[in-house]
Amino acid sequence: MIQIFTDYGPLLLQALGQTLLLTLLGLFFACILGLIFGIMSVLKNRVCNVISTIFVDVIRGVPMIVLAFYVYLGIPYLLKNGWGLTGFVPTALQAGTICLALNCGAYMAEIIRAGIQSVDKGQMEAARSLGLPYWKAMQRVVLPQAIRTMIPSIINQFIITLKDSSILSVIGFPELVNTAKNVVAITFDSFAVWTIVALMYLIVITLLSRFAKIMERRLNRGRD
Amino acid sequence: MKKALSLLMAATLALGLAACGGNSANGDANNDAANSSDASGDGKTWVIASDTVFKPFEYTDASGNFVGIDVDLVAAIAEDQGFNYEIKSLGWDAAIAACQAGQADGMIAGASITDERKESGWIFSDGYYQATQTMTVAEDSDITGFEDLSGKTVAVKTGTQGAAYAESLKDQYGFEITYFEDSPTMYQAVLGGQTVACFEDTPIMASSIKDGDLALKILEDTANEGAPYGFAIFNADNQELIDMFNAGLANIKENGKYDEIIAKYLG
Repeated sequence: MIQIFTDYGPLLLQALGQTLLLTLLGLFFACILGLIFGIMSVLKNRVCNVISTIFVDVIRGVPMIVLAFYVYLGIPYLLKNGWGLTGFVPTALQAGTICLALNCGAYMAEIIRAGIQSVDKGQMEAARSLGLPYWKAMQRVVLPQAIRTMIPSIINQFIITLKDSSILSVIGFPELVNTAKNVVAITFDSFAVWTIVALMYLIVITLLSRFAKIMERRLNRGRD
Repeated sequence: MKKALSLLMAATLALGLAACGGNSANGDANNDAANSSDASGDGKTWVIASDTVFKPFEYTDASGNFVGIDVDLVAAIAEDQGFNYEIKSLGWDAAIAACQAGQADGMIAGASITDERKESGWIFSDGYYQATQTMTVAEDSDITGFEDLSGKTVAVKTGTQGAAYAESLKDQYGFEITYFEDSPTMYQAVLGGQTVACFEDTPIMASSIKDGDLALKILEDTANEGAPYGFAIFNADNQELIDMFNAGLANIKENGKYDEIIAKYLG
């Protein structure tokens, strides 16, 4: 195992970097999507609610591995054969980011919706009756309380997304699992390679969980 | 309504039970067959792991049977040597892991015999097929050789000799490599323009282009010298299996059975 690590460690660490890059890009866009669709689902507007529900249902109803093939291979195929457009051929990183953003975005939308709805209706009513406009009340009264309850679920979703990024090995993105499979194929030493990979994920995710705990404590300071 | 539902459930249950009964009867028949051939072998059933799709060496045909050159070769050799075996179609990575963990006794998956793999403790049989690797591009591609690859991305399948071949050329011609897990995705990535070319074993590529009617063309003059495929074991205690494989392979090469199998899939 030490031999494998000295020989292929740098390659695997580089791959871990690619995993983190992909995850961060995916999470960034997922947060934007989640916020947009999450808020759309609590607005008192039928059209917004329906759009948000369709987005969440469609994305949640398709496994990410299918989504990955669809975005990477299917969309350019459709554009080319359906409309004769040959311009858009996504790279693996672009396709991967789109997949993670859509997938995680749908779950984030649900977390944000649940978080906002968990704040007692009386809070909004009280704020409005004190003369605050809807958006001001949302921003100053409801969201700060909602975010506290959302944080643990959001961090949890981040961790799941980090692990889900391994699915994108199927479209050839050189993240940790894709590279590890390659190293296994070269060395035929699967046990050592997967142990190293497991430890890498474990370390990163443990650090992320610690960070989440600290964040949670900070946000809850002064509560109770 | 309720009554109808419960009737339906009862019927399903009965059918299920009947199906189970049928299965166990089949199972008994299989056991009998296995037992009767035990007389010639030593009674052990060797578990041989394989890839899922590596056409024409192994794949599932239209009627759901697992077939291919590897599958037929093992069958012919087992018949010749009189041993029992069971092929498990696990996939490339899982087949490697299964041999290492002892869940399988050997693997046959169009695995090229390389020094690096031997150093990791694998024991290979004699080569059973000599394969070259070539570069394949889209039919309408203007790429004619390695010189045109500069700054482009090519596709390979993880762990294949095609990948090793591409890696050996990468720095000289300045191209990037994307690794896929299976051949179909790799071909799609060339057809869709995500990559400009792929490196694959020539017989597999030729067979896929023919069967799948793919708009791809093999650049014949890009072939390398090639390396032999071997049957592999990880645990040295299974040396007996390698010995039987080698002896059986020599026999079926002699009696024409080997040529028959190759012609069946590549003819």
